[in-house]
Amino acid sequence: MTALPYVDGNMLDGPLGEVFALDLSSATARCAHCGTPGPVAGLRVYSHAPGLVGRCPTCIEVMVRLVRAPDRAWLDLRGTTFLQFPMPPERTP
Amino acid sequence: MGIVTPGFQGRPRVEAPDLPPGQYLTPDFPVLSAGPTPRVPREQWEFVISTETGTEHRWSWDEMMALPQETPTVDIHCVTRWSKLGTTWRGVSLDTLLDGVETAADYALTHSYGGYTTNLPLEDLRDGQAWLVHTYDGDDLPAEHGGPARLLVPHLYFWKSAKWARGIHLTVEDTPGFWETAGYHDYGDPWREQRYQGD
Repeated sequence: MTALPYVDGNMLDGPLGEVFALDLSSATARCAHCGTPGPVAGLRVYSHAPGLVGRCPTCIEVMVRLVRAPDRAWLDLRGTTFLQFPMPPERTP
Repeated sequence: MGIVTPGFQGRPRVEAPDLPPGQYLTPDFPVLSAGPTPRVPREQWEFVISTETGTEHRWSWDEMMALPQETPTVDIHCVTRWSKLGTTWRGVSLDTLLDGVETAADYALTHSYGGYTTNLPLEDLRDGQAWLVHTYDGDDLPAEHGGPARLLVPHLYFWKSAKWARGIHLTVEDTPGFWETAGYHDYGDPWREQRYQGD
């Protein structure tokens, strides 16, 4: 019996839950447009808008969009190639 | 249960009766923007309608201003819940701009200086429903409100009325724009309260 080359999205619950429980403002993000990494706290966020629009401080392209409905939210990170977080040291078993 | 009929109060509601559901009236003109305000000199400004076959129809500022002008007075409704009634604009009807544009497209994607986009069915730009406006309340349209020229499609939420309009792509397939790809409704009818996807 051959194992599938992927698992379903349920496995993301743990990792994503851990990541987004952290303070995003302490993370580093890399712009997908110009490639410049920098602190999320340094993004230019346009908040007088139908959603939050975070732009790269170097090239002004959109890195993150967050739209909040009363019962739902949309997070678009297509303008970000990575988010880097400070993490506690891994414990060896 | 729990619903109080306004008529039982013995006086009319103070909320304007002309408002779509969930909207409040503002005397101000709030400035909403998803990015820096583009500053486009009129001598460099142009407006381009491109069709699904690649044909382009271009207007310089002077050419646009030489077209027949209209002065619509309309109500506008922002998806962030403010509405403003009886706003007066001046500009060119999209019927005028689309006259002579041969197309089999069903959709339009408006694009702006600064990179903003928003989509709507082409039929919503026709029949006296949409304008390219350059004047607000008798004065040149300020850059923070979309000048030199913006789209005005008042029967839809105001994010469809793209500021700093640069052109319109006519397409066979619907192409969601900036907010439509981030959770907002594809059509955005304020009277049906189509704010978010699935509304």
